[in-house]
Amino acid sequence: MKYSEKVMERFKNTKNMGRIENADGIGKVGNAKCGDVMWIYIKVENNIITECKFETFGCVAAIATSSLATDLVMGKTPEEALEITNKRIVEMLDGLPPEKLHCSVLAEDGIKRAIEDYHRRKQGLSPLPEKEEDEHEHAHDHDEEK
Amino acid sequence: MDKVYYLDNNATTKTDPEVVSAMMPYFSENYFNPSGVYSAAQEARKDVENARSAAAKFLNADPKEIIFTSGGTESDNMAIKGTAYANTDKGKHIITTKIEHHAIINTCKYLEKHGWEVTYLGVDKFGIVDIEELKRSIRKDTVLISVMYANNEIGTIQPIEEIGKIARENSVYFHTDAVQAAGKVLLDVKKLNVDMMSISGHKFHGPKGVGIFYLKKGVRIHSLTQGGHHEFNRRAGTENVPGIIGLAKACEIASAHLTDSADMARIKAMRDRLEKGIIERIPEVIVNGHPEKRMDNTSNVSIKYIEGEGMLIHMDFEGICASSGSACTSGSLDPSHVLLAIGLDHGTAHGSIRFSLSKYTTDEDVNKVLEVLPPAVVKLRSMSPFWKEKNK
Ligand SMILES: Cc1ncc(COP(=O)(O)O)c(C=O)c1O
Repeated sequence: MKYSEKVMERFKNTKNMGRIENADGIGKVGNAKCGDVMWIYIKVENNIITECKFETFGCVAAIATSSLATDLVMGKTPEEALEITNKRIVEMLDGLPPEKLHCSVLAEDGIKRAIEDYHRRKQGLSPLPEKEEDEHEHAHDHDEEK
Repeated sequence: MDKVYYLDNNATTKTDPEVVSAMMPYFSENYFNPSGVYSAAQEARKDVENARSAAAKFLNADPKEIIFTSGGTESDNMAIKGTAYANTDKGKHIITTKIEHHAIINTCKYLEKHGWEVTYLGVDKFGIVDIEELKRSIRKDTVLISVMYANNEIGTIQPIEEIGKIARENSVYFHTDAVQAAGKVLLDVKKLNVDMMSISGHKFHGPKGVGIFYLKKGVRIHSLTQGGHHEFNRRAGTENVPGIIGLAKACEIASAHLTDSADMARIKAMRDRLEKGIIERIPEVIVNGHPEKRMDNTSNVSIKYIEGEGMLIHMDFEGICASSGSACTSGSLDPSHVLLAIGLDHGTAHGSIRFSLSKYTTDEDVNKVLEVLPPAVVKLRSMSPFWKEKNK
């Protein structure tokens, strides 16, 4: 099997899937063309992320990384959550196949975008639009260094 | 190994036990090189030539027109590059389709890098090539038309006889990759008007790593390997005797199977039940491929709003083997070129799965899919943003 047991476990018993109605921040990232779209929802109370859920259209790696990312975010302040890197996500999953590393980048981006959206909404600005990844962005191997 | 429910027969098939027993003596008993002069070697030669006759019979060809190769990929390479190299005096233009196997497409791409021009014909939404476009594409310098007989992903069967006729009328060589068709439809190279045909043993219960290249008498091609005088100077290298014997056996068994209508009907009935069952149990499913001109063993469905790999892995948890047209399983970022060519959008193509049956498929295999797939789809859709948006 090309995936680690941790990835499979996450995929099989997926946590935090679904939508938060009245979320305080939403991060929409990905591109259906490449087969991965993630929407990350956060609920923030007293500067603590109390709830985080995801909706993902994508492969096993995309689902596992978004589920883990939402777990990592919960209980943190938005500032702390910004420190979550794709590298950490990959480590916690015992690695991902090289062609799947972009999924972890997407999860990190999704969180960052949800937090950015939260700050905007707090300031009374309009919500962030969906971020369409450049199709070819994934193909680069920049993912690993991140 | 845990029990598997094998529904990936277009990828490879179980070797028929009869094929295995036919091969066994050729490893440690009759292991002689057929090129030897001693009688033991001559026995091996006789067996290889009998195998050639069996293969010829399978295709309604002459034994001298049968070249044993290492499989579909090598046969496809021989057809494309062999013809291209040998006919540069006529020109450097090749016509093929957008839905060929990579063994054809990547060989054509290679030639494009080396000065050849290739036209890739489009197909309609069922996957049938555009005959008018084919006619328009033929030029003075066209040396080869290569159109696959049956598509490995969606099962669509092309009008090969008609295309062969057009090629003949225009004096252009015609090759068909019949790797998927072998064992599923009767093949007759004369009736089909083909000059070259590729066949692979492991797709119809023969051994892996052995195939046939049918080369009609008089067709000009170059050899791809230089070496000894094997296979009428067309393909150097000591014959894969056990493989060739096994392949011939698979041809004989397939001929019997193809003429047994009950056997064929049984596979089709199971495929239809599977497909109908999926449509009944899962909303928003598209069936890919031609409704009638399709191999009876193949079902390719797009389950909208979700991605294929997740479905495959959920099925794998339960022992089901199937495949997908999603990028995740192809090692590239794009979904299957075949599904894009029939006009599916990327999202739908990513959510396509293929089930391919064989004579060894049972009702139990079909039931297992119908039991496991629907709840997996419900789960994956429940976390899909597109499914939620659609049902808002
Ligand atoms: C249509 C088609 N052509 C060629 C091939 C390659 O055959 P082989 O695996 O024998 O090289 C395959 C099998 O993958 C196929 O389906």
